[in-house]
Amino acid sequence: MSSRDSILAAVARNQPEHIPLPEIPAFFSGETDVLEKFTSVAVSIGSKVFRVKDLEEVKQVLLKEYSGARRIVSAFPELADIGEVYIAPATDPHTLANVDLAVLPAQLGVAENGALWVTDVQLPMRVLPFICQYLALVVPQKNIVPLMQQAYDVIGAQEYGFGTFIAGPSKTADIEQSLVLGAHGARTLSVFLLE
Amino acid sequence: MTVGLFIPCYVDQFYPNAAIATLELLEKLGVEVVYPSRQTCCGQPMANSGFEHLTKKSNNLFIENFRGFDYIVAPSGSCVLHMKDHLHSGKYPNETEAMRGKVYELTEFLTDVLKVDKLKARFPHKVGLHQSCHGQRGLKLAQMSELVAPAFSKPEQLLSMVDGLELIELTRKDECCGFGGTFCVAEEAVSVKMGKDRVMDHLQHEAAYITGADMSCLMHMEGILRRQKSNVKVVHIAEILNAQEI
Amino acid sequence: MKETKDHAALAEAFNADEPRVNWHDETLWFIRQKRDKAAHTVADWELLRETASQIKHNVLSNLHDYLLQFEANAKANGIIVHWAADAAEHNRIVHEILQKHGVKQMVKSKSMLTEECHLNDYLSEHGVEVIDSDLGERIVQLAKEPPSHIVLPCIHKKKEEIGDLFHEHLGTPAGMADPQVLTEAARQHLRETFLTRRAALTGVNFAIAETGEFVICTNEGNADMGAHLADVHIACMGIEKIIPERKHLGVFLRLLARSATGQPITTYSSHFKKPREGHELHLVLVDNGRSIQLGREDFRNSLKCIRCGACMNTCPVYRRSGGHSYHAAISGPIGAILAPNLDMKKNADLPFASTLCGSCSNVCPVKIDIHDQLYKWRQVIVKEGYADTKKTLGMKAMTQAFASPTTFQLAGKAGRWFMRHVPFAVSNKMNPWYKQREMPAPPKESFGEWYLKNRKKKNE
Repeated sequence: MSSRDSILAAVARNQPEHIPLPEIPAFFSGETDVLEKFTSVAVSIGSKVFRVKDLEEVKQVLLKEYSGARRIVSAFPELADIGEVYIAPATDPHTLANVDLAVLPAQLGVAENGALWVTDVQLPMRVLPFICQYLALVVPQKNIVPLMQQAYDVIGAQEYGFGTFIAGPSKTADIEQSLVLGAHGARTLSVFLLE
Repeated sequence: MTVGLFIPCYVDQFYPNAAIATLELLEKLGVEVVYPSRQTCCGQPMANSGFEHLTKKSNNLFIENFRGFDYIVAPSGSCVLHMKDHLHSGKYPNETEAMRGKVYELTEFLTDVLKVDKLKARFPHKVGLHQSCHGQRGLKLAQMSELVAPAFSKPEQLLSMVDGLELIELTRKDECCGFGGTFCVAEEAVSVKMGKDRVMDHLQHEAAYITGADMSCLMHMEGILRRQKSNVKVVHIAEILNAQEI
Repeated sequence: MKETKDHAALAEAFNADEPRVNWHDETLWFIRQKRDKAAHTVADWELLRETASQIKHNVLSNLHDYLLQFEANAKANGIIVHWAADAAEHNRIVHEILQKHGVKQMVKSKSMLTEECHLNDYLSEHGVEVIDSDLGERIVQLAKEPPSHIVLPCIHKKKEEIGDLFHEHLGTPAGMADPQVLTEAARQHLRETFLTRRAALTGVNFAIAETGEFVICTNEGNADMGAHLADVHIACMGIEKIIPERKHLGVFLRLLARSATGQPITTYSSHFKKPREGHELHLVLVDNGRSIQLGREDFRNSLKCIRCGACMNTCPVYRRSGGHSYHAAISGPIGAILAPNLDMKKNADLPFASTLCGSCSNVCPVKIDIHDQLYKWRQVIVKEGYADTKKTLGMKAMTQAFASPTTFQLAGKAGRWFMRHVPFAVSNKMNPWYKQREMPAPPKESFGEWYLKNRKKKNE
C-alpha cells in the first residue's frame, strides 16, 4: 500500500463520528467609522495612512515621502512619470532586488487589523511587495470592511494563483521582544485610502 | 439542612484551625454540620500523579462517609474539584452522580447556596487573596484573567463583608503558586520558584496576610515565607470569615 | 547526556540562574499580557474561540474526505502533492525533490514540522546546506540549538548572546547587541541567501480543502521572499492543518496572531493556490503519528492546535523552566500532550511537568482541553508502566494507608502519620519539600481529635 493509501485508511479508521460544520455567526463589529478604525489600527502596526482624492495626490505624497527612491515600480499607468509601470511576465524576479519603492493596488482593507488584500491578478510579480525596500498600497475607501469575515465574503470564490493580506511593514521581535521594523520584507508601508 | 463536613487530610493533620473555622462559620449561619469521622483522603494526590486507578477504595469510603447529607462542604477547592470530576464507584454506581452535584467548596456554598450577604466578622489587616487554580479555573469561583468575560469573585465578595479588611491588588491576580500536589516535590525547582514569585507579588503589595480557599497552596507559600523568615502569615479564608478580632 | 535528563532535572538546571529565570518569565508574561489586550479588543472573542473549536472538531471528524478534497483541488491547481507516513519518508521526499533539481543549498522558513522530523540534520548528512530564514530560527541555528518556542524560537537568548553569535558568524562589531542593528545585519545576510537559493521550503498554517490552496503567516516576510524567488517551492504540512473552506480563514486569522503575539494579524498572510508560471510547487502531507493520535479519543483534540504558542506564554511552568526543558520539538503544554503520542517512554515525564492550573486551556484559541489531557496522559503513562518504580511503590503505600480510616486516626499526634506516609511531609535534607521550604508545624491536635472533644459528644 502506498503511504497515501495507508494514511488515508488510518485516518478513516480513527476519525471520530461525524460532527457537523458550524455556521459562522455574524460577529460583532461595532465600528461606526471603519475608515477611522482602519487608520488607527494600521498606524498602530507601523503603517502610514493617507486619505487622498486621486492618484495625482498619491504621486505628490510619494515624491515627498520617498524622494530618495531610485527605482520605482508601480501598477498604475497614471504613475508612469515617476517609475516603471510594466514588468514583463517573463522577468526574472531576482532583477527586482533593487526596487526601492513599489506602488500597488489593494482590493480591500480590513478595519480590525489594518490588513490589505493583494493578489497576483493585480501584481506584476509575486515577489514585488516583499522584495521592494518600501511599499505603497492604494485601496478605495469604499472597500474597507470591518472584519476579516466580511473580507472573505468579498473575496468569495475569487480566482488567483497567489493572494496575500499585508498588514504593515515587515517586522520582527525575535530579539528579546524588541520590535524592529524591516525584517526581510518592505521596511515601510504607506497606505493610500482613495476617495 | 444537614451538611457533611469534608476536611482534606492535610488540613486535618496540619491546619485544624481552618477546619474549626469552617465548622464554626457554618454553624453560625444556622447550618447543621456533621463531621463523619472515618474520612481520610479524597484520592486526589494519587489521581493527579497518574494513579487514579488506585483511588477506588478512597472513592467508596467517601461515598460511605457522605451519603445521606444534603450537601457536602469542604474548605478546599482542589479536593472538591477532584470529587466533582473524578468520583466513580463500581460499588455504588447509582450514588456517584448525585454526590458529585452535592459537593461544594466553602466559599461557593456561602455565596450560592446560603446566599450570604453579610457577615459578622472583623479582620483589620492588609490581606492578599491567592486564587487557587482548581477553585478558580475548575470550580469557577472567580472570573479567569484569560477570558473575555465579566469579572466576578466569590471569595472577594465574601471578604468585602469583613469589617476592617483591606484587600490588596496583585500584579498577577490569578497566577499559579506552583504547589500542584506531588508536583511540589517532583518538580521542586520550578515549584519553589513559582511559589517565591507568588509570595513576592503579595509582599510587594504589602500584604500582612495571604489568604485563599485552598490550604495546600497556602501551606506551600507558608513554607517559603517561613524559610525567608518573613512575618507575613497565611490564613485560610474560613478563618478570616469567622474572625472576631478587635 | 541531555537525552537522559528529564524535565525536572533540566528545569532545575535552568533555575540555577535565578535572575535569568526572572527575565525569561517576565518576557513571556509580557507577551501573555499583549495577548490579553488583543483578545479584549474583540467583544465576542469567546464566541470566536468556540466557532474555531467547532470547525476543528468537524475537520477531525471528516479528515479523510477533506484530505481527498484538498488533494484533488491542489492537483487541479498544479501543485504536486506528496504523502509521507513518517518523518523518515518526509525527509526522503524533500531530499529527492532537491536532488532532481540538483539543489545543494536551500532556504527554509519556519516549519515546526521539519523540526519534528529533524529535516535539517538529515539534509546536512546528505550534503544539502539549509539556511533558516526566520530571524529567531537563524539565531538558534547559528547557536546549534533547537528552537525553544514554536513562535519565538530564540526567546531564551539574551541580546548580548545574539550579538556574540552575529559577531562570530555575520561580522557585526564585537559587543554590538542593539536589536535594530542585529536585525539589519540579518536582513542583509539573508537577502543574499534569498537571492541565491534555488529551492525554498516553507511550513503551512492552513490548507483549504475547498480550494486546494494553503496559507502561510509570517511577520518577517521570509516565507514569501524564499518562495517567490526560488525555482522550487516545497511546503510541508501535518495532515491536521486542513480547514474546510476559504471563509473559515476569516475565523482562524482573527485568532492566530492575537493569541500568539497580541498583533491583530501577522504582517503577511499569504495564500498559495497555484505555482508561479514555469515553476514547481510541491506540497508534502505528513502523518508521523497524527492518524494514531486521531484514534486516541482522549487526546485527538490536541490535533486542533494552530501552533500559536499562547499556552507556552501563559504557562507558569514553561516560563520558569524554558522551552528546552521539554526536550521535544514542540515544547510547553501543547508539546506535553503531543509528544507522548510520538514516544511515550521518552516523553513520559512531560505530562507531569504541570501543576494542572488550567491557564493553557483558557488561552487556547481553539479550546483544546490541554490540562485535562495532561491529567489523562498521566493515567495512561502510569498504566503503560512508564512511571518510575519508586513513585509507583510510594503511591501504592500511600493509597493503602489512606484506605484505612483506622490507621489514619490511630496514628497518634497530629502530623505524625502524615509525615510518615505522604512524600513531601518529611523534614530532612533529602526531602525536596524541605530543600527550600519549611514544613508546616504540627499542631497539638488534629481536627479529628478536636472534633471528638468539642462536638462529637454534643452531637450524640
